[in-house]
Amino acid sequence: MRRLLASLAAVTALSVLAACGGGGSSSADGKADGAATIQVGSVYEPQNLDNTAGGGQGVTEALNGNVYEGLFKLTDDGKVEPLLAKDQKVSDDGLTYTFTLQPNVKFHSGKALTSADVKASIERVTAENSKSARKSNLSVVKSIATPDDSTVVVTLSKRSISFVYNLSYVWVVNSAATDLTTKADGTGPYKLGEWKRGSTLTLTRNDSYWGTPAKNAGVVFHYYTDATALNNALLTNAVDVVTSEQSPDALAQFKNNDSYKVNDGKSTTKLLLAFNDKVAPFNKVEVRQAITQAIDKKKLLTSIWGEYGTVIGSMVPPTDPWYEDLTSVNAYDVAAAKTKLAAAGFPNGFTFTLDTPNYDPHPTAATFIKSELAKVGVTVNINTITADQWYEKVYQKRDFQATMQEHVNDRDVVWYGDPTFYWGYDNKQVTSWIDQAEQAKTTDEQTALLKQANKQIATDAASDWLYLYPQIVVASSKLSGYPLNGLNSQFPAYDIVKS
Amino acid sequence: MTRYLLRRTAILIGSLFGAAVALFVLLRLLPGDPANALLPVGATPEQIEAARRELGTNEPLLTQFWTWLGDLFSGDLGTSLISKLPVAPEIAARLPVTVPLTLAAFVLAVVVAVPVGTLAAVRADRWYGVVLNAVAQFGIAVPAFWVGLLLVTAFALRLQVLPAGGFPTGGWADFGPAVESLVLPVVTVALVMSASLIRYVRAAVLEVKGADYLRTARSLGASPARALWRHGLRNAAVPVIAVLAMELATTFLGAVVVESVFALPGLGGLLVKGIGEHDFPVIQGVMLVSTATVLVVGFLGDVSQRLVDPRLLHRSAS
Repeated sequence: MRRLLASLAAVTALSVLAACGGGGSSSADGKADGAATIQVGSVYEPQNLDNTAGGGQGVTEALNGNVYEGLFKLTDDGKVEPLLAKDQKVSDDGLTYTFTLQPNVKFHSGKALTSADVKASIERVTAENSKSARKSNLSVVKSIATPDDSTVVVTLSKRSISFVYNLSYVWVVNSAATDLTTKADGTGPYKLGEWKRGSTLTLTRNDSYWGTPAKNAGVVFHYYTDATALNNALLTNAVDVVTSEQSPDALAQFKNNDSYKVNDGKSTTKLLLAFNDKVAPFNKVEVRQAITQAIDKKKLLTSIWGEYGTVIGSMVPPTDPWYEDLTSVNAYDVAAAKTKLAAAGFPNGFTFTLDTPNYDPHPTAATFIKSELAKVGVTVNINTITADQWYEKVYQKRDFQATMQEHVNDRDVVWYGDPTFYWGYDNKQVTSWIDQAEQAKTTDEQTALLKQANKQIATDAASDWLYLYPQIVVASSKLSGYPLNGLNSQFPAYDIVKS
Repeated sequence: MTRYLLRRTAILIGSLFGAAVALFVLLRLLPGDPANALLPVGATPEQIEAARRELGTNEPLLTQFWTWLGDLFSGDLGTSLISKLPVAPEIAARLPVTVPLTLAAFVLAVVVAVPVGTLAAVRADRWYGVVLNAVAQFGIAVPAFWVGLLLVTAFALRLQVLPAGGFPTGGWADFGPAVESLVLPVVTVALVMSASLIRYVRAAVLEVKGADYLRTARSLGASPARALWRHGLRNAAVPVIAVLAMELATTFLGAVVVESVFALPGLGGLLVKGIGEHDFPVIQGVMLVSTATVLVVGFLGDVSQRLVDPRLLHRSAS
């Protein structure tokens, strides 16, 4: 399921990263080497090269913003900025979007970008056989017109303030291109070089790029299935940077070493203790609040990630525009938890089954939860299941009391507005606020409504948001200009400089 | 010999078919649906059904099996569910890593094990004979990936004389780096393999050492070394050849395991990835190639054993 949720972020993600938030140490001496090729180490090899055909997290990491660009891009700090769209106009009713394209943009194959390519690219995502997770978000698109080569007019069936954000996930591809699972034809600062499956994927600088050219000659992504092998590669300079460290154990060897820099960025991956809000005893708000208050999340985070990661107290990560620190809501308080349990009719506690995915960190976290809840008289039966069992038992059949899961996407608090989602949270007021937010006229209005909704969701303890994962990029101290937050698994490489 | 060859070939073909059936059935018994691995969260039942149709996993098992077997005869191992690429070329692309690794490790293991095992047997009563035996015993108990990690720590991280893993982007065209990147994996596999081989060689030599014909040779005036060389080794070779065939197969499987420690783009990596993604055609392809290799090597071992020791031929023919 980690894979599934990851592919959710990934299969879908289609955008370009901004002039990424810098990062890395600005290397003191030594000049930047524009002829350098950056060696990147990753555990996410693409499954294929098409993000509408189940390419996975790896295809987003390697190609988003590097090979393919969207009309808009999502920056490393979570903002949406125009990219291939030079200009946009929105009608007063919010239903018609008119985009003017950047002039002089060419695909790697040499063909000039036209509005027909943009139309075809959006339709690729909404097509019947598309496996993009943005498919449903973009179902509001009613029609796309191309009055001339540089103008695209999109008509929506209803207002959607997230439309532009969702467009940042849509790769603009050459409408004439074929075999996109093994080839690529985008407009980005790199051309696709060779992909040696099971080993490396090479990108080379596009010298006829329409925008600011890449600051390095190319990038080679090296893929590893074993985290130790990946770290060893960094230690022996076989790679310059590791896109995302998966375990804190390996960090010590880099932390106290001047040749490396360990960057603690913000991820969007939340670890959830998800209650089934539709079944007893978790259909009672007090019970969920009591469980939430009985678990010391700071202690859990420290025991798993040491000094890394953040407790955020809700579903909204700091890079979402509607983030608020809600750790004070239902904060850790064992006495209050006991009182609430008694008030809910469980003075002597109760027993429940926790369906726990069998891969890290879930089993460790489940054991911690079990010992915390024992202190308030609640007994936890840990039922370890595989990712596939989770998908079938929990996600499809909703046959569970409580479970644990990682949710990797940004802006995914809106799922609490859908009462049919697996956790079964059903608050009419919240659903209505989330709907209104999507219909909002301005992003300020949207932000205000989603803040309001999120606060209610947190107060209702719809789930227990245990912590936000850290996003740890470890790089050679000779490197600078790499992204720190890896939003939606993107890894824009064009600003990376090796000195 | 012809009769034996025919019979042994029939057994080989039967085993291959049996292995294919077993592989196919066992994979289908695994929980999990590859359609799920392809679709994002929030997929509707209709989308899942459409994905199953696309993958062919909605067909009856027997239909799926016959389709697969039919394709197999035309050399088509199917198409990966995930990458949409044909499996056979994928496997072929991995062989330039796995095959040299296996063969080099095997040769190294034999070159080390035969003299060391013989020495351990001939000098079984000396202290170093005992030590050699004990070291081999210990070596059998050590998992290959652990040996690999130790070697990486020593030679790549500390001494920095060899790469910690990976294979050159240019493949064997970068000959020097390609060889360098295989040194540690080869030594890892060979060390672990030679441990058990040493024990076999030692046992075989020990057995012939006490044999009557050797005593007779000695009584006719041959020195111990000459008696062993002239009469002992060929006899000792018979059980060792049988084991060698098995060991070559084990070396191949060892190589597959060790590949992931060294991040080598070989069959092992392909298999691990295939399993993670429920990519049945890939798993089946790799497993089938591995199983077939083991069976064919076993076949060659049996045949060569009979060439070395014609007595076996008469025994099996009667």
